[in-house]
Order: sequence, then C-alpha cells, then structure tokens
Amino acid sequence: MLGILRTIWMTFLHMFHRNETVQYPDVKPYLSPRYRGRIVLTRDPSGEERCVACNLCAAACPVDCISLQKGEKEGRWYPEFFQINFSRCIFCGFCEEACPTYAIQLTPDFEMSEYVRQNLVYEKEDLLISGPGKVHDYSFYNVSGLKIPGKNKGEAENEAKPVDIHALMP
Amino acid sequence: MAKIVIDGREVEARSDVNLLQACLEAGEDLPYFCWHPELGSVGACRQCAVKQYANADDTRGRIVMACMTPVTEGAIISVEDPEAKEFRGEVVEWLMTNHPHDCPVCEEGGECHLQDMTVMTGHRERRYRFDKRTHNNQELGPFVKHEMNRCIACYRCVRFYRDYAGGQDLGVFASHNNVYFGRHESGTLESPFSGNLIEVCPTGVFTDKPFSKMYSRKWDMRGAPSVCSNCATGCNTIINERAGKVRRTLNRYNDEVNRYFLCDRGRFGHGWVNAPTRLRSAGYVINGDMTPVPAQAALDHFGKIAASGKLVGIGSPRASLESNYALRKLVGAENFSTGMAEPQHSLVKLAVSLLAAGPARIATMHEMETADGALILGEDVSATSPRMSLALRQIKRTAFNKAADQARVPHWMDASVRTLGQDTISPLFVVSPTVTDLDGFAQDAIRAMPEDAARLGFAIAHRIDTSAPDVAGLTEAEAASASLIAEALLASEKPLLVSGLQYASAALLQATANIASALAAKGKTPLISFVLPEANSMGLALMDGLSLDTIAARSADATLIVLENDLSRRLDGAQFDALVESAANLVVLDHSVTPTAIRSQVTFPSAAYSETDGTLVSAEGRAQRFFQVVYPDAPLQAGWRWIADMAQAAGLSHVKPWGKLDDLIAEIATTMPVFARIPEAAPGSDYELEGTPLRSQTHRVSGRTAIRANISVRDIPPPSSPDTPLHSTMEGSYSTDMPGTLVPFYQVPGWNSEQSLNRFQQEIGGKMRGGDCGVRLVEGVANAAGSYAMDVPSAFAPRAGQFMLLPEARVFGTDEMSMMAQPIVERAAPAVVRIGGAVAKGAQVRLSLNGEVFTVDAVSDPSLPEGVATCPPHMVSRSWSAPGWVSLEITAPAERIGTESAV
Repeated sequence: MLGILRTIWMTFLHMFHRNETVQYPDVKPYLSPRYRGRIVLTRDPSGEERCVACNLCAAACPVDCISLQKGEKEGRWYPEFFQINFSRCIFCGFCEEACPTYAIQLTPDFEMSEYVRQNLVYEKEDLLISGPGKVHDYSFYNVSGLKIPGKNKGEAENEAKPVDIHALMP
Repeated sequence: MAKIVIDGREVEARSDVNLLQACLEAGEDLPYFCWHPELGSVGACRQCAVKQYANADDTRGRIVMACMTPVTEGAIISVEDPEAKEFRGEVVEWLMTNHPHDCPVCEEGGECHLQDMTVMTGHRERRYRFDKRTHNNQELGPFVKHEMNRCIACYRCVRFYRDYAGGQDLGVFASHNNVYFGRHESGTLESPFSGNLIEVCPTGVFTDKPFSKMYSRKWDMRGAPSVCSNCATGCNTIINERAGKVRRTLNRYNDEVNRYFLCDRGRFGHGWVNAPTRLRSAGYVINGDMTPVPAQAALDHFGKIAASGKLVGIGSPRASLESNYALRKLVGAENFSTGMAEPQHSLVKLAVSLLAAGPARIATMHEMETADGALILGEDVSATSPRMSLALRQIKRTAFNKAADQARVPHWMDASVRTLGQDTISPLFVVSPTVTDLDGFAQDAIRAMPEDAARLGFAIAHRIDTSAPDVAGLTEAEAASASLIAEALLASEKPLLVSGLQYASAALLQATANIASALAAKGKTPLISFVLPEANSMGLALMDGLSLDTIAARSADATLIVLENDLSRRLDGAQFDALVESAANLVVLDHSVTPTAIRSQVTFPSAAYSETDGTLVSAEGRAQRFFQVVYPDAPLQAGWRWIADMAQAAGLSHVKPWGKLDDLIAEIATTMPVFARIPEAAPGSDYELEGTPLRSQTHRVSGRTAIRANISVRDIPPPSSPDTPLHSTMEGSYSTDMPGTLVPFYQVPGWNSEQSLNRFQQEIGGKMRGGDCGVRLVEGVANAAGSYAMDVPSAFAPRAGQFMLLPEARVFGTDEMSMMAQPIVERAAPAVVRIGGAVAKGAQVRLSLNGEVFTVDAVSDPSLPEGVATCPPHMVSRSWSAPGWVSLEITAPAERIGTESAV
C-alpha cells in the first residue's frame, strides 16, 4: 500500500521536472569528440592511407566484424580490401585502441540506419576519409624501419645511417 | 636420467642434454634465442640465464647460461630467481635497442619468437634514447624476404645454412652491433633449403616472400596436417588456409621423417592449388576448349558413353590411394593401370619387391642422419629427394660426434663439436654420372655411368661377400674404389645404401640390394633406401596394376578413365596420340588442366590435396594421411567420390557409394592385405579428444562475421566434412597431447611461434606426445637368406656419332605440380643440355627426342665423358621415360646467327 502511494507521489513530482524530450532530428544532441560512433579509416599527414593491414583491429574485435587483406606497394603495406559489417559492430572502440597507426578511428556520427541490412557492410571506399582524423601529425612509417618511397633506410626518427658492412673500422 | 631441482621442484632430466633443454622439458618458461633443438647451443644470445647453486647450503648461487651448462646429477637451479629474471630482462632490453618499430608491418608478427620472449621477460618500455642502427636489405630471390634491421644476431641462420645444410652463399659480415647476415651481394639464395631460414630465424629478418603476397596472420588461418606431394619422400607439412586459399606450407614435425626442416620445393611448391590452371567445374572439351557444364549433365553423359563398351582405368602415382582403389574397383583389376609407363612401372615394382624381400631395413630419414657409412649408388639424391639429401649431409655431423665422444664433449655443444670434427672424414661415398650437391660432403665422389655404377656396386658386394657375383674387366681405379667402399661399409656399425630410379636402371637397384645382402651375410644390419619418382609411387606399386604400355594395347574402343594423371609426360607424342585416338572415349578426372585433360571428351574436377583427405605411401613404405584445409565449392570433390557418382550414373552396381573416407579405407584394408594397416595411419573422422572433435582454427581467428559479408551479410553455417576429424572452426579441443598426425598448428600459451613444438614432444627431438605419424607398410624380412642378382651389366661403351642422353634431375623444374606454382617457376633455371667434351660458348644443340626436334642451349660439362649428354626431363620434351641414345647436332654460335637469319 505504502509502495503504491510512493509511486503515485514520485510520478506527481515529475510534473515539475524539466522536459527531457529531444526534438531529434531537428535538434541534434551534443556528442563529445570521443563519442564512439561510425568507424573511419584516416590518412597520414602526407595523404597516404594510414592503415598498414596489420590485422590487429580484426583480432581485437569482439564480434569479429572486421575483415581485411594485406597488400603491398613498394614496401608500404595497405589493405587490399577492408570491410566492416556494421550490422554486427557494437561500437566498443577496441579496434581504435588496438590500431598501432591511428588509422582506424571512431567518430561521433551514429546515424547509420538502413532499410537493407546488406547496406551496413562498409567497404574501404566507404570508410576511408581524406584527412588525419583526431591525430594530426602521426605517420607510422616515420618511426618504423621499413624502406618506402621517399624514406630510405636510416631516415626515420631515431635512426642511424645504414651500416657500411665493407668498412674496416669496428 | 639425472635428478635436478628447479625452483625447489625435483624433476627427472636426461643426462646428455643441457639445462635449457631440461628446463623446457620440465615445462618451464625459460626464454632463449640462439639454441635450436637441431642446431645445438653456441651461447650467443645470453638469454637463457638461470641461477645455479653449488649445493643445498648455497644461498648466493651464480648465474649460468642454461644452454651452455650440462645437466649434472643433483644440480640445483632457479629460473624464478629475481637476479636471473632481471638479467634476462636486461638482455632482452639490449636486444631491443636496435629492433625497429615494425611489428604491424612484419610478416613474423603474431608468431614471432622475439615477441614471445620479450613478453615473457616482461620488457615493455624502451629506455634507450639513442639512435637505432639500420642496415640495407638484399634481394634474396623468389622465396625469402630480407629485412636486416630486425636482426638480434643469434647466428641461427648461418648455423643452419652453412653448418647444417652446407650452403655457401649466406654469411656473416662486420662486427659487434653491426653484424650483417646476408650474401656477398644481392642474389637468389642457392641452397634448396633456404626456406627453413624463415622458421629458424627467431624474428622477422627472413620471411616467406610468396606468403607475404597473400599474407594473413597466424591466428587467422585454418591449419591442417598434410603430407608433401612434391616427391616420394613424404615429408609432413602443415598447410594454412584463409578465405578458401592455401596461404603457405609449414614444416610438421615427424621424428622419423622430416623432423625440423623441409626443402624449398615442398615449402613453396603448393601454389598450383590456387592457380588459374585449376579445373573448377565439370566440362565438355570441344576442339581443345573446355565448356563448363553442370556436374549432373556431365555424369549423365558419362553414363551414356560408359554403357556402350568396356571401361579401362588409368590410375596415378600422384593421386591418393583411396581414389586409385576406387577406380580400380570401378574398372576391375584386369583393366586398371598404375599410370606408370615402362620402364618406370617395372622398376618401381622391382624396387618394392627388393625392399620387401629384405634383408635390409628401409631407412627412415632420421636413421640416415646417424649412419656411419653410406653409399649413394647412381642417384642424384639432392635433386630427386632434396630433403633426403639434407639428412645425408648430417652423416658428416655424426662423424663429428664420434670425435666429440672421444674428447668427452657433449653433442649439443655445437661450436666445439664442429671444431673437433673439422678434420674428420665423412664416411659417405657418392657414385653418380653427374656432379651432385652431395659430392662436397663425401669422402669420395666417383663419376661413373649408370652401367658402370651398377658394376661397381656388384663389385663391392663381391668384395664384402665372395659368394656374390664378381665383375669381370674392372679398371684398376674401379677395383680400388670397390675395395675402399667395401671396407668402409664393413667397418661401419650402421651402413646405409641409397639408390633410385633416376637413371631407370634395374642393375643399379639389384647391385644395391646385392650389397645389402652381402652386408647382412657378414652379420651387419644394413639400411637401404630407394628414391622413387612420385608421392604415391610406392602405393601404386603395392596396389598392383598394369603398366601404361600394356593397358594402351587393351584400350582400343574402350572408355578410358584417367585419374589425376598427365599421360603426355609419360608417353611420347606418337604413343599418346595413338592411345587417345584408339580409345572410344576419354574421360579425365583431375584437379588441373593438363594436356591430357584438353584431349578428353568429359572432365570432372577433383579436389586437390588441400581440399580432401587421403593416404599416400612414401618411398619409405610409410602410409601417411593428409587432411583437408579448404572446403571447396561444389562440384569439386574427392576423386573417389566422383568415381562413385560415375558408377551410379552408369548403373554399375558393384561400386556402392562410400559414405565417408573411413568406410573406403576400411574396405581397402579388408580387401587388399598389403594395405591392412592403413587405417592406423591416422585416427578416423570420429576421433575425439576430451570429448570433442579437434579444431582447425585458433581461438583468436578474426573476421567471422565480415569475411564473406561482401557476398551476403547473412551468416551461414560453417563448412563440414564427414571425412576429417578436424572441425572447420575454432570450436573443439586442442592440446599438446593430440596425435602427431592431427596437429593443425603449433601454439601454446606464451609460445606463439613454431618453437612451441617443444611442448608437443615427449622429449625435445623425440617422439610426439600424441604418438607416431604414419604406419610402415613395407618391412624387409630381417633374417632373409640373401639371394644375389647375378646379371652384371656390361660396361658403358660410347657409340660413334651418337650421344647417351641422361636425365639431369632438378630440384626446381622437373617436377610436375610444383612447376604450376609461380615461385618455383621463377626459381627454375632454363633448360640446357650439358655435353661431355668441348662445346663453344653460346652454342646450341638440335636434339631429336621422342620423334621431335628441339633446339636448346648447350654447355660443356667436363665431368661427363665424351659421347654423353644430360638434359632436364620434361623441360625440353614434355615426355621423358628413360636414358637413351640420341643424335645431337651442335651448332656453334656463329652458325646460329646464320641459321636464324635464314629463317
């Protein structure tokens, strides 16, 4: 009996609270830049794809919704295809955390509804954006030891010039 | 055995090993780099530090390198000691100061021993602020990728390449931080065992180049135990698949067969299963064009043509035992051919009968390594069975070990053993018409034509046991060699005799068997091995069928069914045409498009070794089963399933469809006594471990809901097969106790690289915990009264105006299926004819072979006698049967230009 009265009283009090209804989509809610929504693939400062197809995002994904295949162009690794099945994605952000190159990033966009489920399968063309996303100046190949066009051995950060194995000095 | 104490735990340890091995066998996680079970210890990396105490009262102890310290009775050590742990952590930190930030773009990532060991020691953050040393890479050919920055200087690569495999062109340059492992300049690695560098290297300096082109992480790939089908040796492999494509081949440990290493043909020769040359649907061939038709239409068509006349079946030594048996049952034993032409057919049969009669035992490859007297009679083993030649190279090491025993140095003390043994003579004798790669490892390499090699063999047998037939008219040098070899074989405890079918000489096989009988008569227990041509040659010889030549005579107006066999490699152009034209219908069942398939009326696509399960019998007589890793789309299915379907379509009721492979295997075992033991080759499809079937994927396989989302977003049930005990997904059991025949990949917690193999063995370098691999079907009769073959051939005599053309077997180029794999094609050198005697540089020969004339580059080979030439079989003329007399017309370079302009 007391419980019922208490419930009626609580409901009555709500009449004096602020209205919580949001006029979506006319009024959009504020989402922080760290909000975990639609996934994108970013580019490094030189405009090249950041993704090196290391497969760590796919391995970290708890619902196994990321699949990709490594390709290689003049020493640079890149994904030949990169598909995310968003009908499975739970937006946990593990892929972003696992990514060693800041390539995969989650954005505050969450408006991804589709009438056909198949349309929720995003290919690389759908995922790749033209900028560096949240991280502006990181370029993975500047810290790795691989030789790529425009960066020879010994030209990365914290690297000495290649050893001359024919030199006589120890 | 000795009792040692590890961290207060008393364990039994073998007394002839080092503390590192003892710790690993006791299940300790002790990191190491430079030690390798087959290469021994050198103490280069300082990673396996443990604390050893003098006695129970010693509380301070001292740090020792476990890999350099022998096991002693009552030794007290600590792996967990804080000081030892700190020491190991610092060593890894030093090794990592120069290691690049490459793991995401490194093919080794995820199965890297350096990653595992770094995690194991707990090193996480880089404190070293200075520059990393860098190196330029080299281009090492189509198999191996080089990324020298990643090197931690463990020296395993050169120890394998130079010391173990006897390669010359990989070395170590410069000093301290700068050491460089590579060739003197960029170029293809010459050793046919270079692929093992990929597995030997604990990090990503040497990686698999063909695999990198279709790369996938180790955790993402499905694995299945398989058997290499690129020669008759029967090495055990693991094949990896992702998204319906075979990605790579890895070594699978079998303590009696290939142990830790593979040859490059086996490792890189699988690409044909993904190639566009595969048959993917049934088809009618009209004027050489294949028109795909539904499988049922093709079967109905077969039913019609089969009803009209008799059926003749041609099996294949490259197809599984099961498919061959099914065909034999369909057409009847009197209409079944082994698919081998003469003289190969008779020779394989002769080889098998000599082996089965005894008294020598067929040598396993591990036994070959430890032989202390060996004779290779008339076979270039390094080309016809490369992995066997790697085993034969270890005979030298066995001789080193004897020297080490005298100096009381343990065998695992690698550098010391090699220094002690450097003056030791390797008790290996090579008799061959051509230069072989094994010559450099032999006490004596004798050049002799096949006939003369056989005569030498007969003479050796006579010198061992005088009741063996003698050879008249030996030269002085031959007589001296015969006495020398006979003495060496008699002096050895474990004599080994190797010969083969390369030169298609029955006398060579008989001479080898005579030596074995003679040794047995003198109370020795000889080991013997015959190199056979193809993966299942032994199985087909045991199955009993007719030769191609005999069946060709019977196939007029019959429907000819060819199972996974390219007859154009076995019959010359005219014979092949005659066979095809005399038959009423030609039906081909194969996995690839071959010249034979192009000539057929109907083709059925059979599954390749990666897509089905079956049994192969290796030249050792070992029946071994391979398991499917790819689940192919219909209509691809196993050859025996097609044959059952064909029987049904033709209304032949004597062949009832087999439900699963095990039913077929059981039927073979009951109907053919020689195969009675094949069910034991591997557990059946109902095998369960801990109450569940085995899994073939790792627990961390990724992309399950995305990998085929581009086709359809809907999930489909995982593929399954009634034939294999391995479940296609990550669901199922996996343990270090699983049978050696069923291991789909090697991984244990903390050990993601293939080094985790240590945990799967009863003792390191010993048997697998889960038991043996394969079953031997042919065992010689140990105490058989040696009977001697008496027909000694006459010596080789050159003919005026003609050349004796011998086959020049090659690791890369003369094998059928591997030459449909791109990396092998790139590695294969162009065909040349080598001619004994002087030939001008740049000359060519016009060679008439099998009724056709070929123009090939010619080079002079001073090791050949005058009037003898060699030519790589199947590379010039598609067919090859046996050595023979040919006419050669050598055109000098100047004339060549003239003839070209005339054309």
